[in-house]
Amino acid sequence: MNETESDTYGLMAEFETPEDLLEAAKRTYGKGYRTLDAFSPLPIHGLAAAIGFHGTNLPILTFILALVGAIVGYGMQYWIHVIDFPLNIGGRPLHSGPMFIPVTFEMTILFAAVGTVVAMMIRNGLPMPYHPVFNVAKFERASQDGFFLCIESADPLFDVEGTTSFLQDLNPVEVSTVEW
Amino acid sequence: MSEQVTSTRQQYTPPPPELGPGQTSHTSITDKITSIVLTPHTPIQWFIVVFIGLSLVGLLQVSIAYLLYEGIGIWGLNVPIGWGFAIIHFVWWIGIGHAGTLISAILLLFRQKWRTSINRSAEAMTIFAVMCAGMFPLIHTGRPWLAAYWLFPYPNSMGVWPQFRSPLIWDVFAVSTYFTVSLVFWFLGMVPDLASFRDRAQNRVAKVVYGILAMGWRGSAVHWERYEMTSLMLAGLATPLVLSVHSVISLDFAVSILPGWHTTIFPPYFVAGAIYAGFAMVLILVIPLRKLYGLQDFITLRHLENMGKVMLTAGLIVAYGYFMEQFIAWYSANEYEVYMMQNRMFGPYGSFYWALVLCNIIIPQLLWSKRVRRNTVWLMIISIVISVGMWLERFVIVVTSLHADFMPSSWDMFYPTFWDWATYAGTIGFFLLAFFLFVRGMPLIAAHEVRTLLPFGKKGK
Repeated sequence: MNETESDTYGLMAEFETPEDLLEAAKRTYGKGYRTLDAFSPLPIHGLAAAIGFHGTNLPILTFILALVGAIVGYGMQYWIHVIDFPLNIGGRPLHSGPMFIPVTFEMTILFAAVGTVVAMMIRNGLPMPYHPVFNVAKFERASQDGFFLCIESADPLFDVEGTTSFLQDLNPVEVSTVEW
Repeated sequence: MSEQVTSTRQQYTPPPPELGPGQTSHTSITDKITSIVLTPHTPIQWFIVVFIGLSLVGLLQVSIAYLLYEGIGIWGLNVPIGWGFAIIHFVWWIGIGHAGTLISAILLLFRQKWRTSINRSAEAMTIFAVMCAGMFPLIHTGRPWLAAYWLFPYPNSMGVWPQFRSPLIWDVFAVSTYFTVSLVFWFLGMVPDLASFRDRAQNRVAKVVYGILAMGWRGSAVHWERYEMTSLMLAGLATPLVLSVHSVISLDFAVSILPGWHTTIFPPYFVAGAIYAGFAMVLILVIPLRKLYGLQDFITLRHLENMGKVMLTAGLIVAYGYFMEQFIAWYSANEYEVYMMQNRMFGPYGSFYWALVLCNIIIPQLLWSKRVRRNTVWLMIISIVISVGMWLERFVIVVTSLHADFMPSSWDMFYPTFWDWATYAGTIGFFLLAFFLFVRGMPLIAAHEVRTLLPFGKKGK
């Protein structure tokens, strides 16, 4: 890496429409770039796959968290009513399985829902108050009506001239340098 | 590669008109939604509603302060009617909340795209309605600081635990889980829109505040992928949750052996009633809002008509519930059940029962007419009638079942006092205040979801 490359985070191209971005992302990935990201104000189906992200395993985690919630919920009631403080109320069995279901259910949902959101934030690295892409002045459109593709300088194929001319060929509105 | 792009394009046909003619581009959608908040101009009507809300919140504070000082003797409770306005309003408010989750979760699973422009405000309504509902169980003992140990399982100095075989504890878990999950779902949905606010705000303070709330959201494709998956998971979890919440609340009644309460129809009939009341409240809120902020392109007549249809359906299920209560009272041949039903219809509270039938069954039949469903004035009137009707339903269920039970010597009447009404009015004020503060400061419409309604590839700048 030479001096100029380490000075920049990467190069960013802005596109007019969601499909321009999707097509550009596919061509960039096809060209062999791997350290890249695409930004859009709305979810675009297939865009993450186009830049080499093959699905998330969050649903598996949701399922595991749901199981944990169910065990914690039921276990808490069992421990309280059978082990820690057994109380004979009207001759009901201490281990009243059916009566423990509603709380078990609610704990299942609580663990799965809150845990999934926390996991999503951790995996996405949020909250992240600073990120180099925000240094591009026009990037404020990315939350409104702009579609951006960023090739990072960390990519082995990255070199300022070559990558710039490659991005120019993708028919962008504008290509800009992303400062650190 | 290029074949794939072409085939993706071919899958996209112009969607049915979920949006009005004025919203044709990502730019116009963003401009309209952010312009409600990021402007120094506040409509005068907003100040009027907030003033009313604040006044009623003042009344609420006085009512609660007096309650804590004096105790629940200030309410119209007596020995057979130990559960008065507090439980009626708890159930009323929590039922109203259910429409928000229905719109945001169940309609998401059913891929009903029209929900995108009303889900945010409906979710906000859920949050604030559940807050109002939650106040009643907290204050209903008059001495809330003494009640905590039987509500939540925390290690206390007495070494005792809550009774998990009691529906009242199920209620605590159901409502607190519901509130937490709804809050998380609501906030999560707002993050990309808060990022739009952050990027458009001119005011330095607004930029920093929205920046913190947006958590550095930058719309990365990978983030969107996980975000969408999380929303889907939450919708899948919130759907059984919302059905469980009102079912559990109905079990507060149904698990007891009181005639008029002890019936298996209660869980589904309460859930239908919740959806009924909730959609009515969504309409009461959005009909004035769309006019005030010129949102007719987002909340179109089609949205209002669809909500009218949902209300009509839910109302018919509720009517079936009333009918089934009558039928089972007769079919059981249980003299207490039969007496309860006769007393409910022709006893001292008979007028309430018939008002309920009028409000919840007869008047909403107007919704069969397409003309009525597409007329905002009619919809508003019917929605208010339904809200009153659902209040009457809870009043009838609670009071007529309690006031004349097995032992005639203990029968009594329930007369609400000034403080009963003041507390209720106060929660309405809190709801209005919270909702209008939300409208002024937060994204009222889920802009990022509305953007997905545009035909893929037709972005007019």
